[in-house]
Amino acid sequence: MATQLEPDAHADEDAFRTEVQQFLAEHFPAELKNKGNALAGVDGPTDETPAMTAWRKAVGERGWGTPTWPKEYGGGGLTKAQAKIIDQEFAKAGAYNPIGGMGVMMFGPTLLEYGSEEQKREHIPPICRGEIRWCQGYSEPNAGSDLANLQTFAEDKGDHYVVNGQKTWTSGGQWADKCFAIVRTDKSDKHRGISFMLIDMDAPGVEVRPITMISGTSPFCETFFDNVKVPKKNLVGEEGQGWTIGKRLLQHERTNISGGGRLASMMGQSLGDIAKNYGETDADGELADKVLRDKIADFEIRWNSFLLTARRAVEESKAQGGVSEISSVLKKVGTKLSQERSELLIEIRGLQGLGWEGEEFTDGELEAVRGWLFGKATTIYGGSTEIQNNIIAKRVLGMLDHQ
Amino acid sequence: MAVLNEEQEMLRDMARDWATNESPVTEFRKVRASGEPHAYDKDAYATMAEMGWAGVIIPEDHGGSDFGFMSAGLVVEELGKTLTASPLVATTIAASAIVLGGSEEQKAKWLPKLASGETVATLAVDEGAHHDPSTIETSVSGGKLTGKKAFVHEAHGADLFVVAAKDGLYLVEKGDGVSLATRKLTDQRSHADVNFDGAAADKLESGGDSLLDDVLDRARVLTAAEMLGMAQQVFDTTLDYLKQRVQFNQVLATFQALQHRMADLFADLAQMRSAVEAGLQAVDGGFGVARAATIAKAEANRVLHTISNQGIQLHGGIGMTDEYDVGFYLKRARVLEAAWGSSSYLKDRFAKLGSY
Repeated sequence: MATQLEPDAHADEDAFRTEVQQFLAEHFPAELKNKGNALAGVDGPTDETPAMTAWRKAVGERGWGTPTWPKEYGGGGLTKAQAKIIDQEFAKAGAYNPIGGMGVMMFGPTLLEYGSEEQKREHIPPICRGEIRWCQGYSEPNAGSDLANLQTFAEDKGDHYVVNGQKTWTSGGQWADKCFAIVRTDKSDKHRGISFMLIDMDAPGVEVRPITMISGTSPFCETFFDNVKVPKKNLVGEEGQGWTIGKRLLQHERTNISGGGRLASMMGQSLGDIAKNYGETDADGELADKVLRDKIADFEIRWNSFLLTARRAVEESKAQGGVSEISSVLKKVGTKLSQERSELLIEIRGLQGLGWEGEEFTDGELEAVRGWLFGKATTIYGGSTEIQNNIIAKRVLGMLDHQ
Repeated sequence: MAVLNEEQEMLRDMARDWATNESPVTEFRKVRASGEPHAYDKDAYATMAEMGWAGVIIPEDHGGSDFGFMSAGLVVEELGKTLTASPLVATTIAASAIVLGGSEEQKAKWLPKLASGETVATLAVDEGAHHDPSTIETSVSGGKLTGKKAFVHEAHGADLFVVAAKDGLYLVEKGDGVSLATRKLTDQRSHADVNFDGAAADKLESGGDSLLDDVLDRARVLTAAEMLGMAQQVFDTTLDYLKQRVQFNQVLATFQALQHRMADLFADLAQMRSAVEAGLQAVDGGFGVARAATIAKAEANRVLHTISNQGIQLHGGIGMTDEYDVGFYLKRARVLEAAWGSSSYLKDRFAKLGSY
């Protein structure tokens, strides 16, 4: 029987691959080849060109931007193997996935797990079509690493809540249509007094102020809620379940921050090659600055073993049907190494690597500077490195809580 | 832990059971106390060979199982955990040289004996205190090999030496023209300077120009596998200790300074394991071996160095005593860090492989 099934499975895969190729040939605009997916990120809005709109709609209608999500809510309803084929064929064609952002990375998977039928029908399809941008209402001025200390309060008014308070570090808040937020519904219980609710960003009483960062950009905002009415149907799960749901969402966030694939694509060219363009080489064609050469090799070796670790975490998780315990180190290791790389790039380029603006600097140089500065956030957000260390020590290594 | 096949899981479990029950660190203490220069228990090695461990990388038609380097690494890792003293790693490295570079005749003559444990072999490359295969003075003329090899692992137990000369690798049997001067190192294992004075030598003619590098890469990944076992053991022992030891009316494991240090070591150990397993798998796959082996040994050096030091620090005063095992791991660690490439040697090699 098994020998009978296998060729069929392969034939199905081949047929699906052909379908994807045909779809690309028909719908992917040539002018977008090898362009990044700016819209799907949280970094900023783009003026969508007609070609970009057409591409987003084409992929969104098929549900192929969220290939494994259920078809009944607008997803692709595909298997992981088929999703992989989409990835491969898109990559081959130089096509990006136009469906993304926090809705896809964090909120959607969480709502599929905890949302009511009505909520899924309302919110998941627009995410699959890339029509709605979501932002995250988590941190507050006095609730950073100690997130459960949040004070934004939702007062029960019968058929709706009235929300008052302030959120901060709201990524992409100035461009978002909706916000998934954790708010306090009970002041007497730190963790069980938290609820997860969905707030319209254009509701009266919502005010957003972008925060200028050390990188000169403003990807984060302060968000103020002043007597904002939130209908009861926008409560996800039950009252008091917000901490559980909110933490589940953070797991999705971490996976995305540390995802080896995304970091790997950021890394691009080897530092050794870049250094040869900026510095002297000796008679053997090696970097003449041997101290710098040693630092680069030291970094690249550790970076390679990080990529191997990310791959191993995926393989182990698949094999054991649960999250592998080494997944817990990916965020802390990956973000630290990315920061190290940015610092090394500056050392390689000297002051040419510290340009703020001006035509004397290449785009690559300027982007690296902004990336170096913005990258300092990666060891703070999504659970700081110190919080990650607590999680590893307590949950993985079984080291006890302070008595 | 890499995802293993059934065969590999059985092999690993068998090695783990045997090392835990038959070869705990107390066995290494006995070997040390015996003071014998070959520094291993010959009966124990015979048992290991009977279980097939000496033939894991040897082809089936020459008496091995041909399971490959990933499988060999699993066994070596388990033995590393209990510091089992044996010539298994040295013999496996030497066997790989014959597998890669030997004629049919040489293979038929030696591989079955290496697989059965009857013959112990070792690789002799370096001529000074640092690993440096680019400065070999040993030479051969008229089938006679002359030169001095320094700090050769398992030299006292070896019946056969695979010796690097200027023009390639040679097989030299112990006996006429071969003399040993013991070099006692911190790990209390067998090391000797070996003087070859016109010893009869049989060249490994196959394997091409890269034979020595290919063999050294196999030496690097297997040594890294032993180091992985050691690092894992020190980490586990230290974690257990922190969960028991009470100071200031609290178990040490509740102190955040120590929790965060252990989280760092856990991450380092994860990186080391990924690199070492990938190195072993690269040898089996035959692709990107030089780079993968360099990364494997470099990460093994970095992480075992840190963990062996932290093992002592976190045990506190008792970690300094001979009664506790943790010091043995430190003293073996540095010897293996120097073997087949220190961290600076490996970083240089990695940069060369990347053309910078």
